[in-house]
Amino acid sequence: MVNPTTRERASVQELIAKAGNNKRKKVIEKIIPIILFLIAGVSVLTTIGIVATLIFETVTFFRQVSLLSFIFGTEWLPFSNKEPKFGILPLIVGTLKITLIAVVVAVPIGLAAAIYLSEYASDNARRVIKPVLEVLAGVPTIVYGFFALTFVTPVLQTIIPDLKIFNALSPGIVVGFMIIPMIASLSEDAMSAVPNAMREGALAMGATKFEVAMKVVLPAALSGILASVVLATSRAIGETMIVSLAGGSTPRFDADFTGSIQTMTAYIVQVSTGDAGYGTPIYYSIYAVGFTLFLFTLLMNFLASRITKRFREAY
Amino acid sequence: MVQLMNRTDNETKATVSPMEAPVREAAKPVVYDTKQLNLWYGSHHALKNIDLPIRENEVTAIIGPSGCGKSTYIKTLNRMVELVDGVRTSGEILYRGRNIFDAKYSVEELRTRVGMVFQKPNPFPKSIYDNIAYGPRIHGIKNKKILDEIVEQSLRGAAIWDEVKDRLNTNAYSLSGGQQQRICIARALAIEPDVILMDEPTSALDPISTLKVEELVQELKENYSIIIVTHNMQQAARISDKTAFFLNGEVIEFDDTDKIFQNPADQRTEDYISGRFG
Repeated sequence: MVNPTTRERASVQELIAKAGNNKRKKVIEKIIPIILFLIAGVSVLTTIGIVATLIFETVTFFRQVSLLSFIFGTEWLPFSNKEPKFGILPLIVGTLKITLIAVVVAVPIGLAAAIYLSEYASDNARRVIKPVLEVLAGVPTIVYGFFALTFVTPVLQTIIPDLKIFNALSPGIVVGFMIIPMIASLSEDAMSAVPNAMREGALAMGATKFEVAMKVVLPAALSGILASVVLATSRAIGETMIVSLAGGSTPRFDADFTGSIQTMTAYIVQVSTGDAGYGTPIYYSIYAVGFTLFLFTLLMNFLASRITKRFREAY
Repeated sequence: MVQLMNRTDNETKATVSPMEAPVREAAKPVVYDTKQLNLWYGSHHALKNIDLPIRENEVTAIIGPSGCGKSTYIKTLNRMVELVDGVRTSGEILYRGRNIFDAKYSVEELRTRVGMVFQKPNPFPKSIYDNIAYGPRIHGIKNKKILDEIVEQSLRGAAIWDEVKDRLNTNAYSLSGGQQQRICIARALAIEPDVILMDEPTSALDPISTLKVEELVQELKENYSIIIVTHNMQQAARISDKTAFFLNGEVIEFDDTDKIFQNPADQRTEDYISGRFG
Protein backbone atom coordinates (compact mmCIF):
# COMPACT_ATOMS: atom_id res chain seq x y z
CA MET A 1 0.00 0.00 0.00
CA VAL A 2 1.41 3.38 -1.00
CA ASN A 3 1.25 5.91 1.75
CA PRO A 4 -1.41 8.47 0.61
CA THR A 5 0.22 11.32 2.50
CA THR A 6 3.29 11.30 0.26
CA ARG A 7 1.42 12.58 -2.81
CA GLU A 8 -1.18 15.10 -3.89
CA ARG A 9 -3.79 13.12 -5.80
CA ALA A 10 -6.23 10.56 -4.47
CA SER A 11 -5.18 6.91 -4.49
CA VAL A 12 -5.90 4.83 -7.56
CA GLN A 13 -8.44 2.81 -5.61
CA GLU A 14 -10.33 6.01 -4.77
CA LEU A 15 -10.22 7.14 -8.40
CA ILE A 16 -11.62 3.78 -9.52
CA ALA A 17 -14.46 4.07 -7.04
CA LYS A 18 -15.18 7.61 -8.20
CA ALA A 19 -15.26 6.71 -11.89
CA GLY A 20 -18.07 4.30 -11.09
CA ASN A 21 -17.49 2.14 -14.15
CA ASN A 22 -18.83 -0.93 -12.46
CA LYS A 23 -22.52 -0.22 -12.96
CA ARG A 24 -22.19 0.38 -16.69
CA LYS A 25 -20.07 -2.73 -17.08
CA LYS A 26 -22.67 -4.83 -15.31
CA VAL A 27 -25.38 -3.72 -17.74
CA ILE A 28 -23.19 -4.36 -20.79
CA GLU A 29 -22.19 -7.75 -19.47
CA LYS A 30 -25.87 -8.67 -19.22
CA ILE A 31 -26.89 -7.39 -22.66
CA ILE A 32 -23.95 -8.67 -24.72
CA PRO A 33 -24.69 -12.40 -24.34
CA ILE A 34 -28.34 -11.82 -25.26
CA ILE A 35 -27.39 -9.95 -28.44
CA LEU A 36 -24.82 -12.58 -29.37
CA PHE A 37 -27.37 -15.33 -28.74
CA LEU A 38 -29.89 -13.68 -31.03
CA ILE A 39 -27.35 -13.26 -33.81
CA ALA A 40 -26.19 -16.86 -33.49
CA GLY A 41 -29.83 -17.89 -33.49
CA VAL A 42 -30.31 -16.51 -37.01
CA SER A 43 -28.19 -19.26 -38.55
CA VAL A 44 -29.91 -21.93 -36.49
CA LEU A 45 -33.33 -20.61 -37.53
CA THR A 46 -32.27 -20.54 -41.18
CA THR A 47 -31.23 -24.17 -40.97
CA ILE A 48 -34.48 -25.13 -39.34
CA GLY A 49 -36.39 -23.18 -41.98
CA ILE A 50 -34.63 -24.89 -44.85
CA VAL A 51 -35.04 -28.36 -43.40
CA ALA A 52 -38.70 -27.68 -42.61
CA THR A 53 -39.41 -26.52 -46.17
CA LEU A 54 -37.59 -29.54 -47.56
CA ILE A 55 -39.54 -31.93 -45.38
CA PHE A 56 -42.87 -30.22 -46.01
CA GLU A 57 -42.58 -30.26 -49.81
CA THR A 58 -41.07 -33.77 -49.77
CA VAL A 59 -44.07 -35.05 -47.85
CA THR A 60 -46.33 -33.45 -50.47
CA PHE A 61 -44.35 -35.25 -53.17
CA PHE A 62 -44.84 -38.60 -51.52
CA ARG A 63 -48.61 -38.04 -51.44
CA GLN A 64 -48.43 -38.24 -55.24
CA VAL A 65 -45.64 -40.79 -55.73
CA SER A 66 -45.08 -43.91 -53.68
CA LEU A 67 -42.07 -43.89 -51.40
CA LEU A 68 -41.07 -47.43 -52.32
CA SER A 69 -41.01 -46.75 -56.05
CA PHE A 70 -38.93 -43.66 -55.32
CA ILE A 71 -36.32 -45.48 -53.27
CA PHE A 72 -36.11 -48.69 -55.28
CA GLY A 73 -37.10 -47.53 -58.75
CA THR A 74 -34.40 -47.88 -61.37
CA GLU A 75 -35.99 -45.52 -63.86
CA TRP A 76 -36.15 -41.75 -63.59
CA LEU A 77 -38.47 -40.49 -66.31
CA PRO A 78 -40.23 -37.44 -64.81
CA PHE A 79 -40.98 -35.80 -68.14
CA SER A 80 -42.64 -38.83 -69.73
CA ASN A 81 -46.06 -37.92 -71.02
CA LYS A 82 -47.45 -41.42 -70.79
CA GLU A 83 -46.20 -42.65 -67.47
CA PRO A 84 -43.73 -40.54 -65.46
CA LYS A 85 -41.39 -42.61 -63.31
CA PHE A 86 -39.63 -41.35 -60.19
CA GLY A 87 -37.04 -43.97 -59.23
CA ILE A 88 -34.17 -42.09 -57.56
CA LEU A 89 -31.51 -44.80 -58.08
CA PRO A 90 -30.29 -43.57 -61.51
CA LEU A 91 -29.68 -40.10 -60.06
CA ILE A 92 -27.87 -41.58 -57.04
CA VAL A 93 -25.75 -43.73 -59.33
CA GLY A 94 -24.89 -40.65 -61.40
CA THR A 95 -23.84 -38.79 -58.26
CA LEU A 96 -21.82 -41.75 -57.00
CA LYS A 97 -19.98 -42.09 -60.33
CA ILE A 98 -18.86 -38.48 -60.13
CA THR A 99 -17.95 -38.82 -56.45
CA LEU A 100 -15.98 -42.01 -57.00
CA ILE A 101 -13.89 -40.57 -59.82
CA ALA A 102 -13.37 -37.33 -57.94
CA VAL A 103 -12.16 -39.10 -54.79
CA VAL A 104 -9.90 -41.44 -56.73
CA VAL A 105 -8.31 -38.39 -58.39
CA ALA A 106 -8.21 -36.06 -55.39
CA VAL A 107 -7.11 -38.24 -52.47
CA PRO A 108 -3.70 -39.33 -53.80
CA ILE A 109 -2.88 -35.93 -55.27
CA GLY A 110 -4.20 -34.01 -52.28
CA LEU A 111 -2.33 -36.20 -49.81
CA ALA A 112 0.89 -36.05 -51.79
CA ALA A 113 0.61 -32.27 -51.88
CA ALA A 114 -0.06 -32.18 -48.14
CA ILE A 115 2.92 -34.40 -47.34
CA TYR A 116 5.14 -32.30 -49.56
CA LEU A 117 3.95 -29.03 -48.05
CA SER A 118 4.15 -30.12 -44.45
CA GLU A 119 7.29 -32.30 -44.51
CA TYR A 120 9.48 -31.28 -47.41
CA ALA A 121 8.69 -27.82 -48.75
CA SER A 122 10.96 -24.97 -47.74
CA ASP A 123 9.29 -21.90 -46.32
CA ASN A 124 9.71 -20.20 -49.68
CA ALA A 125 8.11 -23.03 -51.62
CA ARG A 126 5.24 -23.14 -49.16
CA ARG A 127 4.75 -19.40 -49.46
CA VAL A 128 4.21 -19.81 -53.22
CA ILE A 129 2.33 -23.10 -53.36
CA LYS A 130 -0.24 -22.58 -50.63
CA PRO A 131 -1.76 -19.41 -52.12
CA VAL A 132 -1.85 -21.08 -55.56
CA LEU A 133 -3.75 -23.98 -54.04
CA GLU A 134 -6.12 -21.57 -52.43
CA VAL A 135 -6.70 -19.85 -55.77
CA LEU A 136 -7.61 -23.25 -57.17
CA ALA A 137 -10.17 -23.52 -54.40
CA GLY A 138 -11.54 -20.10 -55.28
CA VAL A 139 -12.16 -20.74 -58.99
CA PRO A 140 -15.93 -20.48 -59.60
CA THR A 141 -17.40 -23.90 -60.33
CA ILE A 142 -18.98 -22.66 -63.55
CA VAL A 143 -15.45 -22.07 -64.83
CA TYR A 144 -14.50 -25.61 -63.89
CA GLY A 145 -17.66 -26.70 -65.71
CA PHE A 146 -16.81 -25.28 -69.09
CA PHE A 147 -13.18 -26.28 -68.55
CA ALA A 148 -14.44 -29.87 -68.26
CA LEU A 149 -16.72 -29.57 -71.28
CA THR A 150 -14.46 -27.67 -73.66
CA PHE A 151 -11.00 -28.83 -72.65
CA VAL A 152 -10.91 -32.03 -70.59
CA THR A 153 -13.54 -33.91 -72.59
CA PRO A 154 -11.86 -33.30 -75.99
CA VAL A 155 -8.48 -34.29 -74.52
CA LEU A 156 -9.96 -37.46 -73.07
CA GLN A 157 -11.66 -38.22 -76.37
CA THR A 158 -8.26 -38.49 -78.04
CA ILE A 159 -7.42 -41.25 -75.55
CA ILE A 160 -10.85 -42.89 -75.33
CA PRO A 161 -12.48 -42.53 -78.75
CA ASP A 162 -15.81 -43.91 -77.49
CA LEU A 163 -16.21 -41.12 -74.96
CA LYS A 164 -19.41 -39.17 -75.51
CA ILE A 165 -19.44 -35.38 -75.38
CA PHE A 166 -21.43 -35.64 -72.13
CA ASN A 167 -19.98 -38.26 -69.80
CA ALA A 168 -19.14 -39.05 -66.18
CA LEU A 169 -15.38 -39.26 -66.56
CA SER A 170 -14.53 -35.68 -67.48
CA PRO A 171 -16.65 -33.87 -64.87
CA GLY A 172 -15.59 -36.50 -62.32
CA ILE A 173 -11.93 -35.72 -62.90
CA VAL A 174 -12.55 -31.98 -62.79
CA VAL A 175 -14.58 -32.23 -59.59
CA GLY A 176 -11.59 -34.18 -58.26
CA PHE A 177 -9.31 -31.26 -59.10
CA MET A 178 -11.75 -28.89 -57.49
CA ILE A 179 -11.58 -30.74 -54.15
CA ILE A 180 -7.79 -31.26 -54.17
CA PRO A 181 -7.14 -27.94 -52.37
CA MET A 182 -9.59 -28.90 -49.65
CA ILE A 183 -7.86 -32.23 -48.98
CA ALA A 184 -4.38 -30.77 -49.39
CA SER A 185 -4.97 -27.75 -47.21
CA LEU A 186 -6.88 -29.46 -44.37
CA SER A 187 -4.52 -32.46 -44.36
CA GLU A 188 -1.54 -30.15 -44.34
CA ASP A 189 -2.99 -28.35 -41.34
CA ALA A 190 -3.45 -31.68 -39.57
CA MET A 191 0.09 -32.78 -40.38
CA SER A 192 1.69 -29.47 -39.47
CA ALA A 193 -0.08 -29.71 -36.12
CA VAL A 194 1.87 -32.88 -35.28
CA PRO A 195 4.51 -31.73 -32.78
CA ASN A 196 8.07 -31.54 -34.07
CA ALA A 197 9.20 -33.49 -31.03
CA MET A 198 7.66 -36.57 -32.61
CA ARG A 199 9.52 -36.10 -35.87
CA GLU A 200 12.74 -35.61 -33.91
CA GLY A 201 12.07 -38.77 -31.94
CA ALA A 202 11.90 -40.77 -35.15
CA LEU A 203 14.75 -38.97 -36.92
CA ALA A 204 17.00 -39.58 -33.92
CA MET A 205 16.52 -43.31 -34.43
CA GLY A 206 17.83 -43.13 -37.96
CA ALA A 207 14.48 -42.83 -39.72
CA THR A 208 14.53 -41.10 -43.09
CA LYS A 209 12.28 -38.15 -43.80
CA PHE A 210 9.92 -40.32 -45.79
CA GLU A 211 9.68 -42.88 -42.98
CA VAL A 212 8.92 -40.09 -40.57
CA ALA A 213 6.19 -38.75 -42.87
CA MET A 214 4.56 -42.10 -43.52
CA LYS A 215 4.96 -43.84 -40.18
CA VAL A 216 4.81 -41.02 -37.66
CA VAL A 217 3.21 -37.90 -39.08
CA LEU A 218 0.55 -39.52 -41.26
CA PRO A 219 -0.80 -41.83 -38.52
CA ALA A 220 -0.69 -39.03 -35.97
CA ALA A 221 -2.65 -36.75 -38.31
CA LEU A 222 -4.97 -39.48 -39.56
CA SER A 223 -8.14 -38.17 -37.97
CA GLY A 224 -7.70 -34.75 -39.58
CA ILE A 225 -6.79 -36.30 -42.91
CA LEU A 226 -9.81 -38.59 -42.96
CA ALA A 227 -12.06 -35.73 -41.94
CA SER A 228 -10.72 -33.68 -44.85
CA VAL A 229 -11.43 -36.55 -47.24
CA VAL A 230 -14.97 -36.93 -45.96
CA LEU A 231 -15.65 -33.20 -46.21
CA ALA A 232 -14.22 -33.15 -49.72
CA THR A 233 -16.39 -36.14 -50.65
CA SER A 234 -19.37 -34.30 -49.31
CA ARG A 235 -18.41 -31.38 -51.51
CA ALA A 236 -18.17 -33.68 -54.54
CA ILE A 237 -21.61 -35.13 -53.84
CA GLY A 238 -23.13 -31.69 -53.70
CA GLU A 239 -21.23 -30.30 -56.71
CA THR A 240 -23.67 -28.90 -59.26
CA MET A 241 -22.34 -26.68 -62.01
CA ILE A 242 -19.57 -28.93 -63.32
CA VAL A 243 -21.84 -31.94 -63.61
CA SER A 244 -24.69 -29.91 -65.10
CA LEU A 245 -22.44 -28.58 -67.81
CA ALA A 246 -20.30 -31.57 -68.64
CA GLY A 247 -22.21 -34.59 -67.33
CA GLY A 248 -25.30 -34.40 -69.47
CA SER A 249 -28.91 -35.02 -68.46
CA THR A 250 -29.54 -38.70 -68.94
CA PRO A 251 -30.35 -40.45 -65.68
CA ARG A 252 -28.98 -43.96 -66.10
CA PHE A 253 -28.79 -46.95 -63.82
CA ASP A 254 -25.58 -48.60 -65.03
CA ALA A 255 -21.82 -48.67 -64.48
CA ASP A 256 -20.77 -46.87 -67.64
CA PHE A 257 -18.50 -43.87 -67.25
CA THR A 258 -18.23 -42.88 -70.89
CA GLY A 259 -21.82 -41.91 -71.56
CA SER A 260 -24.13 -39.10 -70.45
CA ILE A 261 -25.37 -39.23 -66.87
CA GLN A 262 -27.44 -37.12 -64.52
CA THR A 263 -26.71 -36.41 -60.89
CA MET A 264 -29.18 -35.39 -58.22
CA THR A 265 -27.92 -31.83 -58.30
CA ALA A 266 -28.01 -31.61 -62.09
CA TYR A 267 -31.61 -32.76 -62.07
CA ILE A 268 -32.56 -30.04 -59.64
CA VAL A 269 -30.91 -27.48 -61.91
CA GLN A 270 -32.69 -28.88 -64.93
CA VAL A 271 -36.10 -28.56 -63.31
CA SER A 272 -35.44 -25.27 -61.58
CA THR A 273 -34.32 -23.59 -64.78
CA GLY A 274 -37.06 -25.23 -66.83
CA ASP A 275 -40.76 -24.52 -66.67
CA ALA A 276 -42.24 -27.19 -64.47
CA GLY A 277 -45.54 -25.91 -63.22
CA TYR A 278 -46.11 -25.28 -59.55
CA GLY A 279 -47.90 -28.17 -57.89
CA THR A 280 -46.93 -30.79 -60.45
CA PRO A 281 -45.11 -33.95 -59.34
CA ILE A 282 -42.03 -32.70 -61.21
CA TYR A 283 -42.03 -29.53 -59.13
CA TYR A 284 -42.24 -31.46 -55.88
CA SER A 285 -39.73 -34.05 -57.05
CA ILE A 286 -36.87 -31.56 -56.76
CA TYR A 287 -37.62 -31.32 -53.04
CA ALA A 288 -37.57 -35.07 -52.69
CA VAL A 289 -34.25 -35.21 -54.57
CA GLY A 290 -32.95 -32.28 -52.55
CA PHE A 291 -33.91 -34.04 -49.36
CA THR A 292 -32.10 -37.20 -50.48
CA LEU A 293 -29.04 -35.11 -51.24
CA PHE A 294 -29.35 -33.49 -47.83
CA LEU A 295 -29.41 -36.94 -46.20
CA PHE A 296 -26.24 -37.88 -48.07
CA THR A 297 -24.28 -34.84 -46.96
CA LEU A 298 -25.67 -35.15 -43.45
CA LEU A 299 -24.40 -38.72 -43.39
CA MET A 300 -20.97 -37.54 -44.54
CA ASN A 301 -20.82 -34.87 -41.85
CA PHE A 302 -21.81 -37.43 -39.26
CA LEU A 303 -19.13 -39.75 -40.62
CA ALA A 304 -16.56 -36.98 -40.43
CA SER A 305 -17.23 -36.29 -36.78
CA ARG A 306 -17.23 -40.00 -35.92
CA ILE A 307 -13.94 -40.53 -37.76
CA THR A 308 -12.34 -37.56 -36.08
CA LYS A 309 -13.18 -39.04 -32.70
CA ARG A 310 -12.40 -42.64 -33.56
CA PHE A 311 -8.97 -42.04 -35.08
CA ARG A 312 -7.80 -39.25 -32.83
CA GLU A 313 -4.34 -40.17 -31.65
CA ALA A 314 -3.94 -38.29 -28.43
CA TYR A 315 -0.66 -36.47 -28.03
CA MET B 1 18.96 -57.47 -21.60
CA VAL B 2 21.23 -60.41 -20.80
CA GLN B 3 21.92 -60.78 -24.47
CA LEU B 4 22.63 -57.11 -24.76
CA MET B 5 25.20 -57.22 -22.00
CA ASN B 6 26.91 -60.28 -23.42
CA ARG B 7 27.20 -58.71 -26.78
CA THR B 8 28.87 -55.58 -25.51
CA ASP B 9 31.04 -57.45 -23.03
CA ASN B 10 32.35 -59.65 -25.79
CA GLU B 11 33.14 -56.66 -27.89
CA THR B 12 35.01 -55.04 -25.06
CA LYS B 13 36.92 -58.23 -24.34
CA ALA B 14 37.93 -58.46 -27.92
CA THR B 15 39.81 -55.20 -27.69
CA VAL B 16 41.02 -55.29 -24.09
CA SER B 17 42.09 -58.46 -22.35
CA PRO B 18 40.88 -58.98 -18.76
CA MET B 19 44.43 -58.85 -17.38
CA GLU B 20 44.80 -55.31 -18.49
CA ALA B 21 41.64 -54.33 -16.70
CA PRO B 22 43.21 -51.90 -14.23
CA VAL B 23 45.00 -50.15 -17.05
CA ARG B 24 41.80 -50.07 -19.07
CA GLU B 25 40.20 -48.12 -16.29
CA ALA B 26 42.56 -45.27 -17.01
CA ALA B 27 42.19 -45.25 -20.77
CA LYS B 28 38.90 -46.49 -22.09
CA PRO B 29 38.66 -46.16 -25.87
CA VAL B 30 37.38 -42.85 -27.18
CA VAL B 31 33.90 -43.08 -28.73
CA TYR B 32 33.43 -39.52 -29.74
CA ASP B 33 36.33 -37.25 -30.43
CA THR B 34 35.43 -33.62 -31.03
CA LYS B 35 38.18 -31.58 -32.64
CA GLN B 36 38.08 -27.82 -33.05
CA LEU B 37 34.33 -27.80 -33.50
CA ASN B 38 32.73 -24.45 -34.28
CA LEU B 39 29.05 -23.92 -34.92
CA TRP B 40 27.08 -20.89 -36.02
CA TYR B 41 23.34 -20.27 -36.08
CA GLY B 42 23.33 -17.70 -38.84
CA SER B 43 25.75 -15.11 -37.48
CA HIS B 44 25.55 -16.29 -33.88
CA HIS B 45 28.69 -18.18 -32.94
CA ALA B 46 27.21 -20.84 -30.65
CA LEU B 47 30.08 -23.29 -30.22
CA LYS B 48 33.70 -22.16 -30.16
CA ASN B 49 36.69 -24.42 -30.74
CA ILE B 50 35.32 -27.38 -28.82
CA ASP B 51 37.75 -30.21 -28.11
CA LEU B 52 36.22 -33.07 -26.20
CA PRO B 53 37.24 -36.74 -26.14
CA ILE B 54 34.34 -38.83 -24.84
CA ARG B 55 35.10 -42.34 -23.72
CA GLU B 56 33.34 -45.65 -23.88
CA ASN B 57 31.09 -46.96 -21.09
CA GLU B 58 31.24 -43.74 -19.17
CA VAL B 59 28.63 -41.20 -18.31
CA THR B 60 29.77 -37.81 -19.53
CA ALA B 61 27.78 -34.91 -18.11
CA ILE B 62 27.61 -31.56 -19.84
CA ILE B 63 26.74 -28.70 -17.54
CA GLY B 64 26.53 -24.96 -17.89
CA PRO B 65 24.07 -22.07 -17.68
CA SER B 66 21.21 -21.57 -20.16
CA GLY B 67 22.40 -20.59 -23.61
CA CYS B 68 25.94 -21.90 -23.08
CA GLY B 69 25.65 -24.28 -26.02
CA LYS B 70 25.35 -27.56 -24.15
CA SER B 71 22.14 -28.60 -25.92
CA THR B 72 23.53 -27.44 -29.24
CA TYR B 73 26.61 -29.55 -28.66
CA ILE B 74 24.76 -32.77 -27.86
CA LYS B 75 22.49 -32.25 -30.87
CA THR B 76 25.54 -31.81 -33.04
CA LEU B 77 26.76 -35.26 -32.02
CA ASN B 78 23.92 -36.90 -33.97
CA ARG B 79 23.53 -33.97 -36.37
CA MET B 80 19.99 -33.21 -35.18
CA VAL B 81 21.12 -29.62 -34.91
CA GLU B 82 20.99 -29.41 -38.69
CA LEU B 83 17.18 -29.39 -38.53
CA VAL B 84 17.55 -25.74 -37.62
CA ASP B 85 17.84 -23.48 -40.67
CA GLY B 86 21.10 -21.66 -41.23
CA VAL B 87 23.39 -23.87 -39.16
CA ARG B 88 27.05 -23.99 -40.20
CA THR B 89 29.84 -25.99 -38.66
CA SER B 90 33.59 -26.28 -38.97
CA GLY B 91 36.04 -28.70 -37.43
CA GLU B 92 35.29 -32.35 -36.99
CA ILE B 93 33.62 -34.88 -34.74
CA LEU B 94 35.03 -38.36 -35.02
CA TYR B 95 32.62 -41.09 -34.03
CA ARG B 96 34.55 -44.35 -33.77
CA GLY B 97 37.18 -42.76 -35.94
CA ARG B 98 34.88 -41.53 -38.71
CA ASN B 99 34.11 -37.87 -39.25
CA ILE B 100 30.34 -37.54 -38.88
CA PHE B 101 30.31 -34.52 -41.20
CA ASP B 102 31.80 -36.62 -43.99
CA ALA B 103 29.46 -36.46 -46.99
CA LYS B 104 29.71 -40.24 -47.33
CA TYR B 105 28.51 -40.78 -43.77
CA SER B 106 24.71 -40.75 -43.86
CA VAL B 107 22.92 -39.22 -40.91
CA GLU B 108 20.57 -42.22 -40.83
CA GLU B 109 23.54 -44.55 -40.37
CA LEU B 110 24.96 -42.36 -37.61
CA ARG B 111 21.63 -42.07 -35.80
CA THR B 112 21.14 -45.82 -35.98
CA ARG B 113 24.30 -46.16 -33.88
CA VAL B 114 23.65 -43.17 -31.63
CA GLY B 115 20.34 -43.01 -29.81
CA MET B 116 18.81 -39.92 -28.25
CA VAL B 117 16.46 -39.11 -25.40
CA PHE B 118 14.90 -35.67 -25.40
CA GLN B 119 14.10 -33.06 -22.81
CA LYS B 120 10.35 -33.57 -23.00
CA PRO B 121 9.13 -37.15 -23.32
CA ASN B 122 8.10 -37.55 -26.96
CA PRO B 123 6.61 -40.99 -27.47
CA PHE B 124 4.67 -41.55 -30.66
CA PRO B 125 0.88 -41.51 -30.33
CA LYS B 126 0.88 -45.27 -30.75
CA SER B 127 0.73 -48.27 -28.46
CA ILE B 128 3.61 -48.90 -26.07
CA TYR B 129 4.56 -51.94 -28.15
CA ASP B 130 4.58 -50.01 -31.43
CA ASN B 131 6.66 -47.25 -29.87
CA ILE B 132 9.42 -49.67 -28.95
CA ALA B 133 9.14 -51.68 -32.16
CA TYR B 134 9.28 -48.53 -34.30
CA GLY B 135 13.07 -48.36 -34.58
CA PRO B 136 13.64 -52.05 -35.34
CA ARG B 137 10.78 -51.98 -37.84
CA ILE B 138 12.05 -49.04 -39.86
CA HIS B 139 15.41 -50.76 -39.99
CA GLY B 140 13.80 -53.81 -41.55
CA ILE B 141 13.15 -56.20 -38.66
CA LYS B 142 9.71 -57.71 -39.29
CA ASN B 143 9.77 -61.07 -37.52
CA LYS B 144 7.10 -60.89 -34.83
CA LYS B 145 8.94 -63.20 -32.45
CA ILE B 146 12.13 -61.19 -32.62
CA LEU B 147 10.19 -57.94 -32.22
CA ASP B 148 8.42 -59.32 -29.15
CA GLU B 149 11.80 -60.19 -27.71
CA ILE B 150 13.27 -56.78 -28.50
CA VAL B 151 10.29 -55.01 -26.95
CA GLU B 152 10.54 -56.97 -23.73
CA GLN B 153 14.33 -56.59 -23.51
CA SER B 154 14.19 -52.87 -24.15
CA LEU B 155 11.41 -52.27 -21.65
CA ARG B 156 13.29 -54.32 -19.06
CA GLY B 157 16.43 -52.38 -19.93
CA ALA B 158 14.61 -49.14 -19.25
CA ALA B 159 13.25 -50.52 -15.97
CA ILE B 160 9.63 -50.13 -16.95
CA TRP B 161 8.69 -53.66 -18.05
CA ASP B 162 6.87 -54.54 -14.83
CA GLU B 163 4.78 -51.39 -14.99
CA VAL B 164 3.58 -51.85 -18.55
CA LYS B 165 3.84 -55.55 -19.42
CA ASP B 166 0.08 -56.04 -19.05
CA ARG B 167 -0.87 -53.14 -21.26
CA LEU B 168 1.54 -53.11 -24.14
CA ASN B 169 -1.30 -52.28 -26.50
CA THR B 170 -2.43 -49.12 -24.76
CA ASN B 171 -1.42 -45.71 -26.05
CA ALA B 172 1.90 -44.52 -24.66
CA TYR B 173 0.27 -41.19 -23.82
CA SER B 174 -1.84 -42.89 -21.16
CA LEU B 175 1.33 -43.21 -19.05
CA SER B 176 2.70 -40.64 -16.61
CA GLY B 177 5.45 -38.26 -17.71
CA GLY B 178 8.15 -40.26 -15.93
CA GLN B 179 6.94 -43.49 -17.48
CA GLN B 180 6.77 -41.86 -20.89
CA GLN B 181 10.38 -40.82 -20.55
CA ARG B 182 11.43 -44.35 -19.71
CA ILE B 183 9.41 -45.54 -22.73
CA CYS B 184 11.48 -43.11 -24.79
CA ILE B 185 14.65 -44.55 -23.29
CA ALA B 186 13.40 -48.06 -24.07
CA ARG B 187 12.62 -46.90 -27.60
CA ALA B 188 16.20 -45.72 -27.97
CA LEU B 189 17.53 -49.00 -26.52
CA ALA B 190 15.45 -51.05 -28.96
CA ILE B 191 17.93 -50.57 -31.79
CA GLU B 192 20.80 -51.47 -29.43
CA PRO B 193 22.77 -48.30 -30.08
CA ASP B 194 26.36 -47.74 -29.12
CA VAL B 195 25.91 -44.30 -27.57
CA ILE B 196 22.90 -42.71 -25.91
CA LEU B 197 22.59 -38.94 -25.94
CA MET B 198 20.33 -37.47 -23.28
CA ASP B 199 19.28 -33.86 -23.50
CA GLU B 200 18.11 -32.84 -20.02
CA PRO B 201 16.08 -36.04 -19.76
CA THR B 202 14.70 -35.32 -16.31
CA SER B 203 13.94 -31.62 -16.56
CA ALA B 204 10.23 -32.27 -17.13
CA LEU B 205 9.97 -35.00 -14.49
CA ASP B 206 9.05 -35.10 -10.81
CA PRO B 207 11.75 -36.02 -8.25
CA ILE B 208 10.80 -39.69 -7.97
CA SER B 209 10.77 -40.20 -11.72
CA THR B 210 14.04 -38.31 -11.89
CA LEU B 211 15.57 -40.70 -9.39
CA LYS B 212 14.42 -43.67 -11.44
CA VAL B 213 15.94 -42.27 -14.60
CA GLU B 214 19.18 -41.51 -12.77
CA GLU B 215 19.39 -45.06 -11.45
CA LEU B 216 18.70 -46.27 -14.94
CA VAL B 217 21.56 -44.21 -16.36
CA GLN B 218 23.90 -45.86 -13.87
CA GLU B 219 22.82 -49.31 -15.05
CA LEU B 220 22.94 -48.39 -18.72
CA LYS B 221 26.56 -47.27 -18.66
CA GLU B 222 27.59 -50.91 -18.28
CA ASN B 223 26.60 -51.38 -21.88
CA TYR B 224 26.41 -47.96 -23.42
CA SER B 225 28.36 -44.76 -23.55
CA ILE B 226 26.13 -42.02 -22.26
CA ILE B 227 26.36 -38.28 -22.80
CA ILE B 228 23.91 -36.33 -20.70
CA VAL B 229 23.15 -32.62 -20.73
CA THR B 230 21.82 -31.41 -17.43
CA HIS B 231 21.18 -28.09 -15.76
CA ASN B 232 21.07 -29.88 -12.46
CA MET B 233 24.58 -29.92 -11.01
CA GLN B 234 23.74 -32.38 -8.26
CA GLN B 235 22.54 -34.72 -10.94
CA ALA B 236 25.80 -34.39 -12.83
CA ALA B 237 27.72 -35.03 -9.60
CA ARG B 238 25.60 -38.07 -8.74
CA ILE B 239 25.61 -39.93 -12.02
CA SER B 240 28.53 -38.94 -14.21
CA ASP B 241 32.13 -40.07 -14.50
CA LYS B 242 33.33 -37.08 -16.49
CA THR B 243 31.95 -33.58 -16.56
CA ALA B 244 32.38 -30.84 -19.14
CA PHE B 245 31.55 -27.30 -18.10
CA PHE B 246 30.32 -25.13 -20.98
CA LEU B 247 30.15 -21.34 -20.85
CA ASN B 248 29.27 -19.01 -23.74
CA GLY B 249 29.90 -21.73 -26.30
CA GLU B 250 33.28 -22.76 -24.93
CA VAL B 251 34.43 -25.73 -22.91
CA ILE B 252 35.88 -24.12 -19.81
CA GLU B 253 36.83 -27.33 -18.10
CA PHE B 254 36.59 -31.05 -18.80
CA ASP B 255 37.70 -33.56 -16.23
CA ASP B 256 36.70 -36.33 -13.85
CA THR B 257 33.43 -35.38 -12.19
CA ASP B 258 34.98 -35.64 -8.72
CA LYS B 259 37.72 -33.26 -9.70
CA ILE B 260 35.31 -30.74 -11.25
CA PHE B 261 33.08 -30.66 -8.22
CA GLN B 262 35.71 -30.83 -5.49
CA ASN B 263 38.68 -29.09 -6.94
CA PRO B 264 37.92 -27.25 -10.16
CA ALA B 265 40.89 -25.78 -11.97
CA ASP B 266 39.08 -22.76 -13.33
CA GLN B 267 37.60 -19.99 -11.21
CA ARG B 268 34.51 -19.76 -13.47
CA THR B 269 33.80 -23.46 -12.94
CA GLU B 270 34.00 -22.99 -9.23
CA ASP B 271 31.72 -19.95 -9.36
CA TYR B 272 29.17 -21.87 -11.37
CA ILE B 273 29.10 -25.07 -9.33
CA SER B 274 28.99 -23.14 -6.08
CA GLY B 275 25.91 -21.31 -7.39
CA ARG B 276 27.40 -17.87 -7.77
CA PHE B 277 25.83 -17.54 -11.22
CA GLY B 278 23.72 -19.51 -13.70
